[in-house]
Amino acid sequence: MTTAEERVGTRYSFGGDEWILVELAEAMSVGVNMRSLAICRRLEALALDGVIDICPANASYLVRLDPDTIHPRALEERLRELEAEVGDASDFHLQTRIIDVPILWDDPWTRETVKRFADRHQTPELTNIEFAAEINGFPTTDAFRDAVFGTPFLATMLGFVPGLVWGYQLVPPERQIEVPKYVRPRTDTPERAFSWGGAFTAVYPVRGAGGYQLLGMCATPFFDSRRRLPDFHDRDWFFRAGDIMRYREVDRAEFDRIRAAVEDETFRYPLAEVEFVPQRWYDDPDGTAAALERSLDDA
Amino acid sequence: MTLEILQPGLQTTVQDEGRLGLYAGGMPPSGAMDKASYRMGNLLVGNPDGLASLEITYLGPEIAFRDDAVIAVTGAQMTPKVNGEPIANWRSHAVRADDVLSFGFIESGARAYLAVAGGIDVPPYDGSRSTYTLCGLGGFEGRALQAGDVVPVGTGVDGRAGLDVPVDLQPDLGGDTELRVVVGLASYRLQPESLETFLTADWTVTPDANRVGYRFRGAELHFVEREQPAGAGSDPANVVDFGYPIGSIQIPGGVEPIALLADAVTGGGYATIATIISTDLDRIGQSKTNDHVRFREVTLEDALEARHQARARLDRVRALLTDSQEHAIG
Repeated sequence: MTTAEERVGTRYSFGGDEWILVELAEAMSVGVNMRSLAICRRLEALALDGVIDICPANASYLVRLDPDTIHPRALEERLRELEAEVGDASDFHLQTRIIDVPILWDDPWTRETVKRFADRHQTPELTNIEFAAEINGFPTTDAFRDAVFGTPFLATMLGFVPGLVWGYQLVPPERQIEVPKYVRPRTDTPERAFSWGGAFTAVYPVRGAGGYQLLGMCATPFFDSRRRLPDFHDRDWFFRAGDIMRYREVDRAEFDRIRAAVEDETFRYPLAEVEFVPQRWYDDPDGTAAALERSLDDA
Repeated sequence: MTLEILQPGLQTTVQDEGRLGLYAGGMPPSGAMDKASYRMGNLLVGNPDGLASLEITYLGPEIAFRDDAVIAVTGAQMTPKVNGEPIANWRSHAVRADDVLSFGFIESGARAYLAVAGGIDVPPYDGSRSTYTLCGLGGFEGRALQAGDVVPVGTGVDGRAGLDVPVDLQPDLGGDTELRVVVGLASYRLQPESLETFLTADWTVTPDANRVGYRFRGAELHFVEREQPAGAGSDPANVVDFGYPIGSIQIPGGVEPIALLADAVTGGGYATIATIISTDLDRIGQSKTNDHVRFREVTLEDALEARHQARARLDRVRALLTDSQEHAIG
């Protein structure tokens, strides 16, 4: 849970005349992300004239405004009020969705990419999975895999490119996995590669450069500019900050079945509407996470 | 109405005011890099605000008009020609079906705008006709124009030839320039002397300068050493990933600052230290490789005042041209 000492560090900063960056803390935690979300949801509900974008981020949030409609300093004042109203967000109830994300662990495509860019890696003789397991003190890669799939993740932020989701695992700080990024970024990463960099997971929405460690392949899209799948009919991306992602390991047969459903445009993400109560999670992280997953399995 | 691309130039894309309101999903606004020149183009040909134009980068295209049209070229000076005869920038011209528009070498600035009465009429995507090539969406099939493309032009706007933007109301055209910045964001990560260096150094635009961002060379900067907070990554230039404002400047590894522009990556883990004010985004859009720039710190109030002045100038152009057009119709 966020302490009062950490809150003193909130920084309000103008990005030119059109942006306000609010850095709630320098360190990442579930608590600070809940505060960011709680403030952003309140700000959305106010629907202030002149507010163009509200972008929740990991330990911060970013607002774009039209200074011809609202003065940046007046908006800053309003944001400070919201921060005070939200406090430590312990009474915040996040209305959200838990969504099933099928992953083929240690798949042939990312394995090939890892080999191809071995010269840019800290330990070229290890796979990314072996490296991430070892550096986090897991006795085997299977133990690392079990930790990744054992607890769901918060979608703490979207960005970099459209539809890229930062995932932060809902485990206490002492169990957080941190993985260094590549020494030099790859120039190529397959679309839908499932990866880990720093404290965060990401699925690459489109093919391109990347520096996160590659762990597997997601069966389902994170970005679709053609909006073919029902989940993407309204927008190019499906996930929102505040969603909960349950990465679930699938075998090759299930992976291929899901790919076929994506190809024939019948696939829909399995999900359940849930309420995430931060205080309940602080009190009992494992029990709360397990209950969330049960909601998804029962849906 | 249509126009046909005979030669595409280096990079010619459809752009407008940009795609707003989707930043939280990681969608950058795209849109014209030099909005002042783009907007004055629309005013010259009698277009309502927000219609799409062609943004022409560094090297001009060759374009055949398939119908009579009224056009204007604004922004970078790269001598436009109709059937080989030079025509004036910042002025509306009538062209006839089968006339061919071409361009000379670039003399100043980096991006010219071709406005056509009626606007470039590609289908809007999320409320904008701007091209975002990185994800292949918007504009003409999500990409820069190619030879053979037949580009639709809207109807219903009767532009009038012979209107000018007076020289004193034309925007500056980049080149060696000063860019005003508001210092902040994660500037606390920089050592104070390095912030001073950032604001006094002579920076050169590198070849790595496009719609996503511009990279500069000129000095080395140093970050405050610290034990990195949870989730920030090990490099002192890293912070816990956050949102990047358009115009924000980051310094990966302490060398070669990068200013993020219209097609920006919208967030990440590099400490950003300052933001180019919205008015001066136009000017960086008109600078090119090997141009020199300096970053000058201004206050938020200065930034708002600059914005106010830029808008007043556009309003004067609007009043002048609208008045001329009404007289023409009357």
